[in-house]
Amino acid sequence: MENKKTKGMSVHARRTFSYIILVLVTILCLFWFYVLFINATRSNGELQSGFTFIPSTHLLENWKNLRAGTLPILSGLKNSLIISCSCVLFSVYFSTMTAYAIHAYDFKLKKFIYPFILAIMMIPTQVTALGFVKLVDAVSIFRDSPVPLIATTIAAPVTFFYMKQYMESTLPLSLIEAARIDGSNEFRTFNSIVLPLMKPAIAVQAIFTFVNNWNNYFVPALVLKSDDKQTLPILIARLRSADFLKFDMGQVYVMIAFSIFPVVIIYLFLSKYIVSGVALGAVKE
Amino acid sequence: MRKTKNSVSYNKWGYIFLIPFMTAFIIFQFIPLLNTIYNSFFENYLVGLNQVGPTFIGLDNYKSLISNGDLLIYTRNTLILWVMCFVPQIILSLTLAAWFSDASLKLKGTRFFKTVIYLPNLIMASAFSMLFFTLFSERGPINSILIQLGILSKPFVFFSSTIATRTLIAFMNCMMWFGNTTILLMAGMMGIDGSLFEAAQVDGATSTQVFFKVTLPLLRPILLYVMITSLIGGLQLFDVPQILTNGTGDPMRNTMTLIMFLNNHLYSKNYGMAGALSVMLFIITCILSLIIFKASGHDKRK
Repeated sequence: MENKKTKGMSVHARRTFSYIILVLVTILCLFWFYVLFINATRSNGELQSGFTFIPSTHLLENWKNLRAGTLPILSGLKNSLIISCSCVLFSVYFSTMTAYAIHAYDFKLKKFIYPFILAIMMIPTQVTALGFVKLVDAVSIFRDSPVPLIATTIAAPVTFFYMKQYMESTLPLSLIEAARIDGSNEFRTFNSIVLPLMKPAIAVQAIFTFVNNWNNYFVPALVLKSDDKQTLPILIARLRSADFLKFDMGQVYVMIAFSIFPVVIIYLFLSKYIVSGVALGAVKE
Repeated sequence: MRKTKNSVSYNKWGYIFLIPFMTAFIIFQFIPLLNTIYNSFFENYLVGLNQVGPTFIGLDNYKSLISNGDLLIYTRNTLILWVMCFVPQIILSLTLAAWFSDASLKLKGTRFFKTVIYLPNLIMASAFSMLFFTLFSERGPINSILIQLGILSKPFVFFSSTIATRTLIAFMNCMMWFGNTTILLMAGMMGIDGSLFEAAQVDGATSTQVFFKVTLPLLRPILLYVMITSLIGGLQLFDVPQILTNGTGDPMRNTMTLIMFLNNHLYSKNYGMAGALSVMLFIITCILSLIIFKASGHDKRK
């Protein structure tokens, strides 16, 4: 009885302790976004006079000033959106197709190709960046263009692997067999039977692909040179290298908020799927 | 008989469906990789506006890269930043994952906490870094808060202190990745047979003992996976220090990472050196993953 009581107490104490730590961690995670939001609403003068936790009223004014400035912010947004959305379409569609090829068919080279794709998952894109830049320079339609950035994502081993894992648990081969008996050709089976069944996995990978490409900086910065082609991360880097103190700080914060908050908003709506998607991808042996 | 014939004719579709992936892979990844290796054997750079090379010079690029000493400094920086990020990250993630998956704790709102801690992972690293640069600048909000609280009497210049700058970089990376690690580790912990925990508790083990004697050993495969991916990610560290220091790696090049070094070579069109550095990074990545895989193999003897 005595023993049981102390044990109960200790669980209670441990629970309280974990809540305290969890709340602290939560504050640590959200603090930066809160400060960013507050500062984006304050004018340069207010920002210079010190920090407060209360939002001000200059958000729209900062935004107007930013748009009137030298950074092509709207075209940056447009480019980021075009590239990220195209990458989602290409990457998700063709990764599912690749996974389907490995999952549904038995062919001679399969024994070789599957481990090969898993092995190339480890190659960092930075390592091939030099060759990539040389390729882009050599082909005129690739120069200063989003095309090579989008086309690369057709071969996305990580997305492929996720799709393959998901297919193993949800796509019975008998279903494909049945479609064949009904006279559906292979391409149509893939488009009208396999793809709809893969919707949950496609949604998860679409989000991840979007976010990765939205945030991507290293390779796009090497490829996209002209003002009207650049994406938001490149503009952020330009903002950083511009003479900092001459700048209106309110604009700087609005620019950062503008790059971060779209993803935060998407995340707020889809967090359930994203968090469980991470866990799903993790159960790999 | 008919069935085998059918499946053979269907199986050619396996190859057809692989065509887009393979084409994109060969054009945009494989040829660039070969080209990178090829370039590493040539002298090829710009002096002012004059192009030198390309001339075949064998392994000279590698020799000068190693003998120069910069490579060692930047490798050290990269590894220091990785350790500073990974150690707190793994401790925090293991703790949180253990709490989330501990049935006896009955924590409420775990979904909310998981959602919050995963959020920083999706943030644009360059924008996040820019945010930290403004917040921690000499006249930024952090200094003004510290002065208002009376902790500091005059602003502290974070970005001229090696320790402060490195800590900020490691802290940002830690923030961005601990949520992801926590969720991965949690998935691993959920996979452990619950009866093992019950048995340990019946035997009178405390929760700390359960964690170190039951959970941790069983988690080894997923810990290994987390460590490999984190190390490979750590070697690629670029966006955060690049934006934070505007590509200079200041103070005193102490935050210059390997990929920032590569980026500098690419921008100055020093393709020979960039190639050699890329190939070395490629080899380092391969060796490191092999070492960790091997090390875990040896541990199995215990």
